[in-house]
Amino acid sequence: MSTFIDKNTRLIVQGITGRDGSFHTKQMIEYGTQVVGGVTPGKGGQKFENQVPIFNTVAEAVKNTGANATVIYVPPPFAADAMMEAADAGIPFIVCITEGVPVLDMTRVYPFVKERASRLLGPNCPGLISPGASKVGIIPGRICTPGNVGLVSRSGTLTYEVVYQMTRAGIGQTTCVGIGGDPINGTNFIDCLDAFEKDPATKAVVMIGEIGGTDEQEAARFVKDKMSKPVVGFIAGQTAPPGRRMGHAGAIISGSAGTAAEKMQAFEENGVGVAKRPIDVVDLLKRAMR
Amino acid sequence: MNIHEYQAKEIFRKYGIPIPPGEVATTPEEAEKIARRFGTTVVVKAQVHAGGRGKAGGVKLAKSPEEAKTIAAQILKLSIKGLPVQKVLVTPAADIASEAYVGIIVDRASKRAVFMASPAGGIDIEEVAAKTPEKLLKHPVDPRYGLQPFEAMQLAFFLYSDMKQVRAAAKILQQLYKAFAENGGSLAEINPLVTTPQGDVVALDAKMVIDDNELDRRADIAALRDESAEAPSEVEARKASLTFIKLDGNVGCVVNGAGLAMATMDLVKYYGGEPANFLDIGGSSNPEKVVAALRIITSDPSVKAILFNIFGGITRTDDVANGIVTAIKQNPLKVPLVIRLTGTNEEIALKILKENGMSAMTDMDEAVKKAVALATGGKAA
Repeated sequence: MSTFIDKNTRLIVQGITGRDGSFHTKQMIEYGTQVVGGVTPGKGGQKFENQVPIFNTVAEAVKNTGANATVIYVPPPFAADAMMEAADAGIPFIVCITEGVPVLDMTRVYPFVKERASRLLGPNCPGLISPGASKVGIIPGRICTPGNVGLVSRSGTLTYEVVYQMTRAGIGQTTCVGIGGDPINGTNFIDCLDAFEKDPATKAVVMIGEIGGTDEQEAARFVKDKMSKPVVGFIAGQTAPPGRRMGHAGAIISGSAGTAAEKMQAFEENGVGVAKRPIDVVDLLKRAMR
Repeated sequence: MNIHEYQAKEIFRKYGIPIPPGEVATTPEEAEKIARRFGTTVVVKAQVHAGGRGKAGGVKLAKSPEEAKTIAAQILKLSIKGLPVQKVLVTPAADIASEAYVGIIVDRASKRAVFMASPAGGIDIEEVAAKTPEKLLKHPVDPRYGLQPFEAMQLAFFLYSDMKQVRAAAKILQQLYKAFAENGGSLAEINPLVTTPQGDVVALDAKMVIDDNELDRRADIAALRDESAEAPSEVEARKASLTFIKLDGNVGCVVNGAGLAMATMDLVKYYGGEPANFLDIGGSSNPEKVVAALRIITSDPSVKAILFNIFGGITRTDDVANGIVTAIKQNPLKVPLVIRLTGTNEEIALKILKENGMSAMTDMDEAVKKAVALATGGKAA
């Protein structure tokens, strides 16, 4: 079992002929993901690697392939349009890898996607992987192994680090989801925790947060109120200087400074095991699943 | 990207927001000339990318052109929060009847741009939010429609009761939203928005921060960047597409990815060391970036050991290894180097390092412990 994607996911790639898009499409196909099509305007009718049909528009790709998921690798100025095009074509699951999407673009994309009832993951995220079944995005397949722990994270390489340490300790994963570090993103911690709670194969969950905002604090309360499965967490940025990453007015709106200490305290108060180092996630999981 | 007050004022002026005249001086003599032209008491304001200018002595009244010269000379010698003042704004002093605050930022919780208005202006708005939250009104804006007139009026009624002032403030708020949205802002602020004894509503200060992700498509805004007002190491880092923040410790860190970079800094501290910086080389593979990263870190004399922590995904570890080798050939290191790398093309990377007399570790904790021990002179944590 897995969350959001599985063996039957039919994926298209927006920006399939670009540098990153083509590299990662090959990696995804190699991993076993069903890549049924690609989209690059002007290259419709051609084939990627003599194998995957390319279309000019997402609507055309959906009509011809029955795709139910898309992954976006287009450059930042075009990413907002790509996400909206995918939602408008009725794709239920949209993953945007692109880093550097202007935040004001996201204030328009978010309601647009929501109104069309699509789920957006990202932008600025590594995507997700269900080890042994499917991967959408850029998480290296070889650091993962199938198992019964779900993982959700705001970072990219820090996710790899934690997954790698879990795999080395013999703890496999149901699904690893990177929700991305941008201020406005489509899927948040709670969406993933909820999905993991409902997934019968997932027995425990790892949550990796960062300084800034209050998503982790709200997620911790969700764990206490709505979850029966054990959750352990790590927060990056315990030594980050205040005021450098987050705008000072941002703290006003959230009514909180969003510091690591505050988030770790919220974890503790709500029964989420707190890892002081990434490696501590492993011990906490072992204890929680005993 | 930060822009100066005078630049933000120029933008706001284009949108019809009432702002007193002002001119920029880089020397005391220029400040004197400007003050003479205005022929009245002026305010001399440091133009620097740091808050708390007033408290730092960067904003002062001058009653005569001669005094403007003396004060400008003092302010131009100041360094505020480590940033030297190189420009001052000279502007006629205004008579103030009341001070309010208006601002707009992008809020992650509501996923919208949110207006904030407070009749308690002129002071630190964070303080208002913490101590008297009832004096701060927040209002999220639907990006599809922008700030509608009735919304602007609601905010304006929170600030003023005089109808003429309410209407004037509502117009300013709508124009402020346009200036923010049309220029790729992540923050736009007027603090204080004042009323004069004659009853006019005027913006005495202006602040704007631009979303860095907007700069590629807004050449006119990108051109406002004042590199002389930024820390030199951060300018160099940006040119090499690195994210760099200088800290006070002695373990220089080079990491790929912001989350792992922060976790690495945390681990340095955990094992008893202090990170000298935050440095994210980003995702793409490029040996030149590594060369630039090492140049920036080694230019900091407080760095006693350098730690690489690379988890290759998109980043190819062989590219990083090549970058390290190239950088050291150009500029031999004077401090010890600890390399941890794992992931994409790890075998090739290890071979490259070995051929050049270096080695790498694969465990993050071990590497951090070693770097901390070297930085603290062999005393292991």
